[in-house]
Amino acid sequence: MNNCNNLTLSGLEPFELKSNINFVNVGERTNVTGSRKFLRLIKEENYTEAVEIAREQVEGGAQIIDVNMDEGMLDGKEAMVKFLNLIQAEPDIAKLPIMIDSSKWDIIVAGLKTVQGKCVVNSISLKEGEDVFIDQAKTIKKFGAAAIIMAFDEKGQADTYQRRIDICKRSYDILVNDVKFNPQDIIFDPNIFPVATGIDEHKTYAIDFFKATEWIMSNLPCVNVSGGVSNVSFSFRGNNKVREAMHSVFLYHAIKKGMRMGIVNPSLLEVYDDIPKELLEYVEDVILNRREDATERLLDYAENVSNSSNKEEKKEEWRELELQERITHSLVKGIDKFIIDDVEEARTSSDKAIQVIEIYLMNGMNVVGDLFGEGKMFLPQVVKSARVMKKAVAHLVPFIEEEKVEGKSSNGKILMATVKGDVHDIGKNIVGVVLACNNFEIIDLGVMVPPEKIIETAINENVDIIGLSGLITPSLDEMVYVAKELEKLNLKIPVLIGGATTSKTHTAVKISPEYSGPVVHVNDASKAVPVSTSLLSEESKSFTARISEQYKLARENFKNRKITKNFISIEEARKNKLKLDWENYTIPKPNFTGVKEIEIKDLSTLRDYFDWTQFFRSWNLYGIYPDIFSYEVNGKEAKKLFDDANELLDKIIEEKLLTAKGIFGIFPANSEEDDIILYESDNPEVVLNKFLTLRQQSKKTDGKPNIALSDFISPLSNKVKDYIGCFCVSAGFGSDELCSKYEKENDDYSSIMVKALADRFAEAFAEYLHKELRTKYWGYSNDENFSNEDLIKEKYRGIRPAPGYPACPDHLEKNTIWDILDIEKKIGVKLTESLAMWPAASVSGYYFANPDSKYFGLGKIDKDQVEDYSKRRGISINEATKWLNPNINDV
Amino acid sequence: MSSIINELKSRILVLDGAMGTIIQTYNLEEDDFRGEKFKDHKSPLKGNNDLLSITQPKIIKEIHRGYLNAGADIIETNTFSSTSIAMEDYGLENSVYELNYESAKIAKEVVSEFKENKYVAGSIGPTNKTASMSPDVNDPGFRAIHFDELVKSYKEQVKGLYEGGSDILFIETVFDTLNAKAALMAVDNYFEENNVSIPVMLSGTITDKSGRTLSGQTVNAFLISISHFPLLSVGFNCALGTKDLKPYMKRLSDNTNFYTSSHPNAGLPNAFGEYDQSPENMVEQMREFLDENLVNIIGGCCGTTYDHIKLIAEEVKKYKPRVIPNE
Repeated sequence: MNNCNNLTLSGLEPFELKSNINFVNVGERTNVTGSRKFLRLIKEENYTEAVEIAREQVEGGAQIIDVNMDEGMLDGKEAMVKFLNLIQAEPDIAKLPIMIDSSKWDIIVAGLKTVQGKCVVNSISLKEGEDVFIDQAKTIKKFGAAAIIMAFDEKGQADTYQRRIDICKRSYDILVNDVKFNPQDIIFDPNIFPVATGIDEHKTYAIDFFKATEWIMSNLPCVNVSGGVSNVSFSFRGNNKVREAMHSVFLYHAIKKGMRMGIVNPSLLEVYDDIPKELLEYVEDVILNRREDATERLLDYAENVSNSSNKEEKKEEWRELELQERITHSLVKGIDKFIIDDVEEARTSSDKAIQVIEIYLMNGMNVVGDLFGEGKMFLPQVVKSARVMKKAVAHLVPFIEEEKVEGKSSNGKILMATVKGDVHDIGKNIVGVVLACNNFEIIDLGVMVPPEKIIETAINENVDIIGLSGLITPSLDEMVYVAKELEKLNLKIPVLIGGATTSKTHTAVKISPEYSGPVVHVNDASKAVPVSTSLLSEESKSFTARISEQYKLARENFKNRKITKNFISIEEARKNKLKLDWENYTIPKPNFTGVKEIEIKDLSTLRDYFDWTQFFRSWNLYGIYPDIFSYEVNGKEAKKLFDDANELLDKIIEEKLLTAKGIFGIFPANSEEDDIILYESDNPEVVLNKFLTLRQQSKKTDGKPNIALSDFISPLSNKVKDYIGCFCVSAGFGSDELCSKYEKENDDYSSIMVKALADRFAEAFAEYLHKELRTKYWGYSNDENFSNEDLIKEKYRGIRPAPGYPACPDHLEKNTIWDILDIEKKIGVKLTESLAMWPAASVSGYYFANPDSKYFGLGKIDKDQVEDYSKRRGISINEATKWLNPNINDV
Repeated sequence: MSSIINELKSRILVLDGAMGTIIQTYNLEEDDFRGEKFKDHKSPLKGNNDLLSITQPKIIKEIHRGYLNAGADIIETNTFSSTSIAMEDYGLENSVYELNYESAKIAKEVVSEFKENKYVAGSIGPTNKTASMSPDVNDPGFRAIHFDELVKSYKEQVKGLYEGGSDILFIETVFDTLNAKAALMAVDNYFEENNVSIPVMLSGTITDKSGRTLSGQTVNAFLISISHFPLLSVGFNCALGTKDLKPYMKRLSDNTNFYTSSHPNAGLPNAFGEYDQSPENMVEQMREFLDENLVNIIGGCCGTTYDHIKLIAEEVKKYKPRVIPNE
């Protein structure tokens, strides 16, 4: 099992190449070999302007700054040190890590002696033999830097697939075994060379690079791959359109194979989706070497780049209405096509730009608010209205600022955050948008927000309300912690609590008593507005008094409820386990054991497995698909949402905007009391790992067993090997990029839609993989034939319970699954400190095949089981209590 | 070496408190500082506290003894400024080896008076020059000291501390990470050339509430920049008082697999530049670290006295040490 740490670097600020980072852009403009302007400035000793180039790169989105002074006419060492010293004095530049780039070793060392942060050396190689290589690597290690290793040896630069991997493997072994270099500090550069040069041997340069990258990433643990991308298009110098397309196509494929870092000029990079279809085909033919005549066809195309003409738009009837009605129409219908024109018309006919917001837009939003309040508009629509509103306001802001008029103050300032350790934010975003529509100013701190940041922002921004959100159970404790910290500072800012696992009871029993300010549980976006309004209105006192009365009642109810609950000891519960008839049961032998990765190349495979009912629920539309379309109340809206979703779905599938990756394993296993012991698949005598299950402990009515998941696996005493599986699937790769693209366009509706669809893809993937498992890999029901509805109703044999859910609420089991399947390394899904999965659109769990296995809820367990569990897990009782808290009986 | 690691697993170890604060109470004059040995030295020496290890060893030993009696497990040698770079102001750059050797030696002598396990940490200060910042606002590219000079100077100090018998080396009050990296390089080179090794502790300084070092790094950036060396512990000291240090100790504790240390000042200086936080008040604030299990080694910096350390030593007995996240 390989436990790799992420590559970390630092400038004034830390940089961690987390698994959710798709690609790291290294700025290349401060490189005298790549930028003529930079070279000229350095030669003229115009360091002031040279520093500005570094700053532009930072502003342009570079995450690491490459500095290179290799030019014959320069004193490279002096220039390197001088320039590094100067940019270290600029905090907005120095925040980024530096890549010290030189072919001269003494320049690299001089650079390393100048920078306080952890740098990347670019580069060293076996070019001058092993002794020099080892010496250089040792020095780099002493400076605590990472290093780019070129695929270069005594014989020269690697230009075939085989040479690339041979040299990288040899370099890796020397670095890791002899030098004891941290493998995560190794970044291979397997050489990007120009293609379409007309020379036959060059045709496979790009695919050899891809193949080498793939090989490196799967055979040399913990390393990364980087490269200088612009080399690939060298033969098309002068034709930027083609070059941009080539860079983007190259990156697209290289990233898929695992290249995560590269030197790219962002201004010479086309968006992959925006490459004209025809050009894309020609470029891909060249890059992927798909046709004999690929180069000629691309050359021909490059010579006659044509312009396409725009089609004329058809006018619509409502465009003939009065200005206010048109604006209202746009807001209510969520149409953003004409809003800028209309708002501009309103602005030029008003005295002040602010009046456009106060009159036209507010009138429109009031209609939206009324319709929403009356239940005639639904969340998805309101979110779309908000998108239009945001666009309109964004257009007006510069004019308002120019007029230097104080804008109408908002209804209040609300801080929103998904608490530390949690990554789920669909609900939080919806609430944020709804509140923003109602003229609250929203400060959204995003996901995984540490408590001190929440508090600091709350104080500095003087917010009126703090909204805390979370989905997984450890987030509940985190919210309690935030409440305690707020109390310590004697703050009284009202706190809203929301998210799927939160509840009025938990808020009343665990959070509210820790904080003397108002705490209100709000689990529904439509409630967020009236609650926030009440909290900030003149009647806030009576409102909070009412809430605290309610919560006092809830606490009493909870106390009373607890007393009636009876528990039996864990020993007794074990005696009353579910006893299956193992004598008369033949354990099916799986067709496959071991670990297997599954990549879904075509996402349309998963579309058939979508659970649309759950999708509607995430938008607060309740009803069973497809009956929901005929519901009088929200049927029409559901249909519209469904159509929008499918349109985006088509786009996601066609353009491969999301990537689905999965992994599963099947292993021999036996149960021993409440543990499930796993054995190595090819050596069933050797223990591989252990799943710890928890047992129901409440006193049962006659005959009912106290179940634990281990009851579904044949016991050790039975002397027959049973099997268990586990899995993780994710469809969240790409979702961050897509969402931030939409958010930048002020399109929260699409952003939320992407997240909701990614979640559905992940669930569908889990459903699909489970079916594949039953019918193929495990093969115990190879003759099943269920419809998707049957699948959703779980009519099949076997279960796939997930850690963190009712049958096995213990999130720590995810660590075990991650270890067994090596999930982070293999498919890139990570666990946060609270054991949430990242990307959020991921599902993991176990597979049980026994026909008698079924889902159940653990319910509350007693303290003796917590103690027993802490021993089995090898952690302190405190630690165990922390993780199992929501399930512990605390009378 | 292994004994200190075993002890760190089972309890919180206590560092000593301020050296300078106690020295002040002796009201020493120029002649006291000079002693016999430096009677005819050409420049004034009053205020060169490190020199007292040679000229007034009895006083320094008394202070070490005072802290050990108060309950300290680790005492720091009186060598905070004993580098050729910092001693240049006094014209004592040629006495650096002796300063470090003697300081470690007398500290070790006091430790051997005790039957419990007590440790001598050779104190390595930041020097008075910074390698990654310019002292001249009009010339941001200028540097008053270069990495190579720092490595050379630190190596001399390390040699004296090691040969004088230090159990640990303690690079502390790091305000410029590049200086600290030079110190680590010096230690690394010395260990490698002499084929020896003792534990190394490192402690940075957060200078204000921006949560950054003087050279501008955030806690995590600082941590990433020094984690290539297999440290015994990493921590923060000086500058801020206990209360303000807490969020940064938390961040550190959450992100490192080294043991953690903390030795804050006794509050912030008052209008007279004096530290006047009472031991009770300091311990009260330290409870926040202790409640959340953020530290393995704890003590005091500027302004702390025997009384502070005594109370701290009593308090930490009630708490379990921080557990390293990935252990």
